[in-house]
Formats: sequence, C-alpha cells, structure tokens
Amino acid sequence: MTEQTQDTAGSNWNSEKFTKGLAKRKRAEVRFRRIGLLAILTALTLLAILLFSIFSKGYTAFVQTYVTLDITFSEEVIDRNGTRDPEELRLANYAKLVQNALRAKFPEVTSRRDLRALFSLVSNDAADTLRDMVADDPDLIGRTVPVSLLAGDDVDMVTKGYIDRAAVEDDRRVKDRELAWLDILEADGDISLRFNRGFFTNGDSREPEKAGIAGAMVGSLYTLVITMLIAFPIGVMTAIYLEEFAPRNRFNDLIEVNINNLAAVPSIVFGLLGLAIFLNVAHLPRSAPLVGGLTLALMTLPTIIIAARAAIRAVPDSIRHAALGLGASKQQAAFHHILPLSMPGILTGTIIGLSQALGETAPLLMIGMVAFIADIPGSINDPATVMPVQIFLWADSPERAFVEKTSGAIMVLLGFLILMNALAIFLRRKFERRW
Amino acid sequence: MSFYPLLIVLLLMSAVGYWFGSKKALGAVRKSTNFITPRPHQFGLYVVIWALVPPILLGAIWILMQVTPLQMEVGLSQQVNRVLFPVIVLLAAGGGLYFSLQKIGPDLKVRKTIEGLVYIVLILASIISILTTIGIVLSLLFETIQFFKKVPMSEFFFGLTWSPQTALRADQVGSSGAFGSIPLFTGTLLITCIAMCVAVPLGLLSAIYMTEYASQRFRSVVKPMLEILAGIPTVVYGFFAALTVGVFFRDIGDAIGIDIVSESALAAGVVMGMMIIPFVSSLSDDIIMAVPQSLRDGSYGLGATKSETVRNVILPAALPGIVGAVLLAVSRAIGETMIVVMAAGFAANLTANPLEAVTTVTVQIVGLLVGDQEFDSAKTLAAFALALVLFIVTLCLNVIALLVVRKYREKYD
Repeated sequence: MTEQTQDTAGSNWNSEKFTKGLAKRKRAEVRFRRIGLLAILTALTLLAILLFSIFSKGYTAFVQTYVTLDITFSEEVIDRNGTRDPEELRLANYAKLVQNALRAKFPEVTSRRDLRALFSLVSNDAADTLRDMVADDPDLIGRTVPVSLLAGDDVDMVTKGYIDRAAVEDDRRVKDRELAWLDILEADGDISLRFNRGFFTNGDSREPEKAGIAGAMVGSLYTLVITMLIAFPIGVMTAIYLEEFAPRNRFNDLIEVNINNLAAVPSIVFGLLGLAIFLNVAHLPRSAPLVGGLTLALMTLPTIIIAARAAIRAVPDSIRHAALGLGASKQQAAFHHILPLSMPGILTGTIIGLSQALGETAPLLMIGMVAFIADIPGSINDPATVMPVQIFLWADSPERAFVEKTSGAIMVLLGFLILMNALAIFLRRKFERRW
Repeated sequence: MSFYPLLIVLLLMSAVGYWFGSKKALGAVRKSTNFITPRPHQFGLYVVIWALVPPILLGAIWILMQVTPLQMEVGLSQQVNRVLFPVIVLLAAGGGLYFSLQKIGPDLKVRKTIEGLVYIVLILASIISILTTIGIVLSLLFETIQFFKKVPMSEFFFGLTWSPQTALRADQVGSSGAFGSIPLFTGTLLITCIAMCVAVPLGLLSAIYMTEYASQRFRSVVKPMLEILAGIPTVVYGFFAALTVGVFFRDIGDAIGIDIVSESALAAGVVMGMMIIPFVSSLSDDIIMAVPQSLRDGSYGLGATKSETVRNVILPAALPGIVGAVLLAVSRAIGETMIVVMAAGFAANLTANPLEAVTTVTVQIVGLLVGDQEFDSAKTLAAFALALVLFIVTLCLNVIALLVVRKYREKYD
C-alpha cells in the first residue's frame, strides 16, 4: 500500500504505471480537442444542410415554364363587330383563343373533363398576355402567330422534374394523359424554361405560377423606412442623453435597466403591444406598413440604443475636453464632435437592428399583416405584407409549386440580409477608428 | 384647411421668421456689450422654435382630444375642425413669431433657450423606451384582467385541457371552451428542453474550442460563419423544420418502426436549438475569455493538460456566467414563435414524449389572434393572458441571468 502511494507520487517517472497514465491523459486530451472540433463542425454542417435544402429547392423558382402555342387572333372571338374599339378589345374573351389553340393542337380531346384538364396546361394568366399583345398591336387580329404563354403550375412542376413520373397514377397530381400531352408538346419543342420575371414584378397570387414577391418587397421597404425614420433618431437621441447628459440618478438608472430588459422581450409581445395600442386605441389602419413599422421600431429601438451607446462611449474623452476647452457648450461638444465621430458605429448598429427587423415575422402576424394581398401597396396606409410573412404564407400553401416559390423568396430575403450586413461590415472597416 | 396646407404655411412662417430673426440679430449683435455672443443662425433658430413649438403643442392637445372625443354635435365639431383649429394654430405661430422677433436684442440668451429645448427633446426620446414597457405591461394587464373575469384563474393555471374554441351560437352546448394552460406550458418546456440539449453542448464546446484551442485564423473564419446561424430569420428556420427536418425524422421513424409525427416536438426543438447555438457560443466565448490567464497558467504549472485545465479550472470558474448564458438562451427559446408556429402542432397535448406533436404558448397566441377578433371574447383575451405569463417569465429569467453574471464579474475585476 505504502509502496504504491510512493510510486504515484512521482518518485519514478519511468515506471510503467506512470507511462500508462500519461498516455491515457494524452489520449483524453486529443479526444477532448476532437469533441470541440466536432461540435463546431456539427454546427457548420447544420448550417450547410439548411442552406443547401433551401437553395436546392429554391433556385428553380427563378425560371418558369412557358408553352408555345400557335394562337389565331380570330376576329370572331375578340372583335365580333370588327370595330377595333379598344374598350371592346379589352373586355373580349381571350381565354377562348388559348382554348382554341389547344383544341387545334390536340383535336382528339373532346370530353368535357379532358378538355378542362387540357386547358389547365396553360395558366389563366395567358389571357392577359394576349390582351396586352392585342392592345399593343391591333393588327394582330386575324393573324396566327406562335406565342409563348405561361404554363400552369402542374406543367411547371413536371418540367422542373418535381413530379415523379414513375409513381402510381393515383398518387400523382398530374395524370397520365396530361403527361402524354406534355410529351407531345416537348417533342415539338413547344416547352421552354425562361427567366421568371413575374417573380420579381408580380404581387401575391393564389396561382403559384403567377405569384411574385414584388408586393412583399415593397411592403418590406415601406415598413423598414418607417422603422428607420422612427427608431434611428429616437435611438440616437436616447443614447446621447444617457451617455453625455444624464446625471446619475434613480430615474436614469431605471431607463438603463429598462432598455436592457426590453432588448430581451420576445418579439411576439411587441406584436401584442402594437395590436393593443396602435390598432385598438389609436385606430390606425390594420395590415398597414405604418403600423408594422411603428411596432418594429419599438422592437429595434433597444438594439440601436445599445449599439449607439457603445459607439459614443468609444469616443475618447480628450475630444470632449478639447471642445469644452475651446468654449463649446456641452451640447455643441456632443452634436458637433462626439456624434459625427461615433456615427460609423451608430450606423453599423442601426443597420444590424434593421436587418433584424427585416427578418421579423411574429409581431407582424399580430397586427394583421398576414392577410392575402394581391396588390402591390401604393402607400404606407395600404394593406400590405412583408417578405418574411409572405414566406410564412407560402409555406402554408398546399400546392407543390409554392414550396419552390417559398425557397426562392427565402433566397431573395437572405440576399437582402447579406447585403445589409455586408454594408455594415464595410462601414465598420472603412470608418472605424482606433483611438 | 386640411393638414398638409397648414403644415406648409407653418413651415413657410418659420422660414420667414428664421430670415428676419438672423437679419435682426446681425444688427443687434454689433451693439452687444457681451464678449461672447450667439451666432446669427442661433437667433434664427430661436425664432423658429417660437414659431413652431406652440402650434405643435396645440396640435398634440388637439389630437389627444380627438382620441377621447368630447361630447359635441357633428356639425359643430366639423366647423371646429375646419375653421377654428387652423385659426388657433396659425395665431399661435404668428404670436410666437412676433413675440420672439420683438425680444431679439444684444443681451438675449438664445443658446440657453435652444439648448434647453434640445435637452427636453432628448429626455422625451429616452422616456419612450419606458413608455414602451409601461405600454406592454398595461395593455397585457388590462386584457388579462378582463380574461380572468370570464375564466377563473384556477382553471387557467391548473386546468389540464386547452380547447379555446368558444360556442358559435349562444345556445350551443359543450363548446364553451376550456382554458387550462398546463399543456401549453409543458409543451413549451419540452421543446425548450430539446432545444437546450442541442444548443448547450454544441455551443459550449464550440466556445471552448474557439477560445482554448483554435488558432487566430481559424477563429476569424469560423466565428462569423457561426454567427450566420444567428442572422437567419426565424421564419426560414420554421420552413426548414416543417419541410425538411420534420419529414426527415418521420422517415427515420418509419424506417425503424417507431411512429414519429411530422410535427413532432423533436423537429421543432432541434431546429430551435440550431438557431440558439451561436447565442450560447458567443456568450460563453466572452465568459471563458474573461477567466483570468493566471488561473490557466497556475493549472498548467501544476502539470495539467489543456483539457484538464478546461474541465477542472476554467469551467468551474466560468460556471456562473455560463449558467447566466444558458438562462438567457432559455428565455430566447421560450419566446421564439415562428419555428414552433410552422413546425409544431396546434392541438394541445399533455405529453412528455418528444416524438408526438405538442403546442406552445407562442403558437397559441398566434393561433388565437390571427384572423378576425372580437375583443370581448375569452378566446382573444386568453392570448393576452398567455402573453403576460410569457413576458413575466422571460423578464424573470433575464433578471436572474443578469444578476448571476454580474455577481460573477465582481469576483475577478
């Protein structure tokens, strides 16, 4: 017993026991190090999986399937009286032209049910396309020209390979006869994939092929502008007050504690605040960017204040003292010297706060920005939705084609966030001063 | 006169005031006996303040009176709106203008007035954050009291069933709604626990590796990449959880013969944990960095390896701070909304099985308030009661976390 104790006490560093223990400790060291590395790799892998799953589903949202049909702009259908009256041309039944073209292409289809399936190959947006063509060039009437029309969402999904042709027909949304028609169109070279401009210029729609994010982007822009106009000045003023003027007393301590706590309040609670105050008390318009912007401004205010305070604190006292020594008042020192010097830091913090606001969804659900809105909002009082809410709405839609649209919208949103953060990093790199 | 023309006239008046004010000041300053005189533009601003502040104050009072309307006949109130209000506002502006122009002289302390006003504005701006808190507390409290008038408190806090569907017709039986919130709290707890099981080990180990082992270059590359996880909007995580992770777990369950629903608490919890990893890791990073180097050196000097130092010296020393970080992360997880709204269930389920669907407090708040609302129904009011509980719980967690962290800091500084 005593011998052993002496042994481990280290009298003999070359003993077998000691070497073994050392090897064990070294192994433990390596193991621990590997576990740490593994943790980081796991986190990064999760990130990679997330991004990959979004991007692999989403990149096809930027192209859309078009079907080229020989459209006969027959006078009997769209201009029965032959007057070329623009009003009459506007109201004419252009869907009929598309249907006629499809009938001509597939003369063997006759039953009502089959015809309906056939007509759904082309989106009902096609009629609008034809109307615009005729409005631009009335001479088209009476002629037959090949026109590329937006395909229906099922066709789009088949072309992009999202629908498994090998599956049992009953489990498949697109049936065998539709696939046969598609094969014929494909063989004739009538199906093409083009850049999906509508995705960036259209508002929301119930038809996936027509749905776009323009409405949501404009809504986000309005909301963000309101947020910035309110949160930035108030945040900066609060930060200046707390850092430069506030005497240390109970009241100012309260403000400080309060701001730190507000920063940790769940965002959904701000939504309830917006609902109770802005909608139910102040009777501002529901679903409007104005209310969304106000709510998000209250939410981002603590972030901006905290960042601005840090930036102001980083300006060395010598600047203050120099200004005061030359006869500036405290406010002149603050507004003419401290504030401009701390502006890069403040702006960086503001941009980061705004990028949080851009990605925020929950509070906006509370104030009714979750309604289906097809129009692109024209002012801050119009009902609108924002990009994250649009993503939420599309993610809830049952159509297969909306999965792709959702992922595409997420990619655009992430793009904006990356831009904003890159701007923040750029500002910091370019203007940051080490004192 | 409507709002915009009035505003334009006011701005024009103040511009004119600025012009005359600065002009008059130039003359006055020359005659001044003071050594230091304000600059002419400050006189101009002084006049502008006098021209704008009284009308703005009046306008504010006016709007407040309209929010709580006075008893007035419609015709009369329209008359007042159209004629009386603009006249009063313009008179106030004109009066202020005249008064201030009169007062301009060599010994007027302009800077003091301007700076006094700026100071007041600064204080007002700082008060907004307090007003926000008061607004949150009051609006939640008010509706919650209404709610507890309809539903007894004991049912809300101890009831085991949650089915807030109220009767459509008054004579309908049996669907008067049950507001027992226990299943919501257990659901929230379950998902939060799963999230912590993912986030705490991964976040903490990452932080340890970053601070103790990683080279400066590795750190500067990997740290921003981890921060990306924190910058991704929660709705994206929700989509990922609902569409990819939920389905993935369900398929695994199918493959090994366990029944896992695609809205399982597991999927929502894992994705939420993923979101919180950078939160835990950057907080613990700061805390581990703050452990004094002398402690490390002491441990190495006694022959300990790095991992032994981390386990036996650094972690115990950093423990209070790490506990604080974990508490902050828990409060984050409890308040997180979009992931659970999209990936967890809506039906209240009293279970501790992570493979089943549970619902959370935030999911129910969203479920109750999205769509049309009547403000007197217990259903809508219940959302406010839930939100109040949420607010209080997260607030307590934060306060405790801050206290723990602060106490720890005092030890080394």
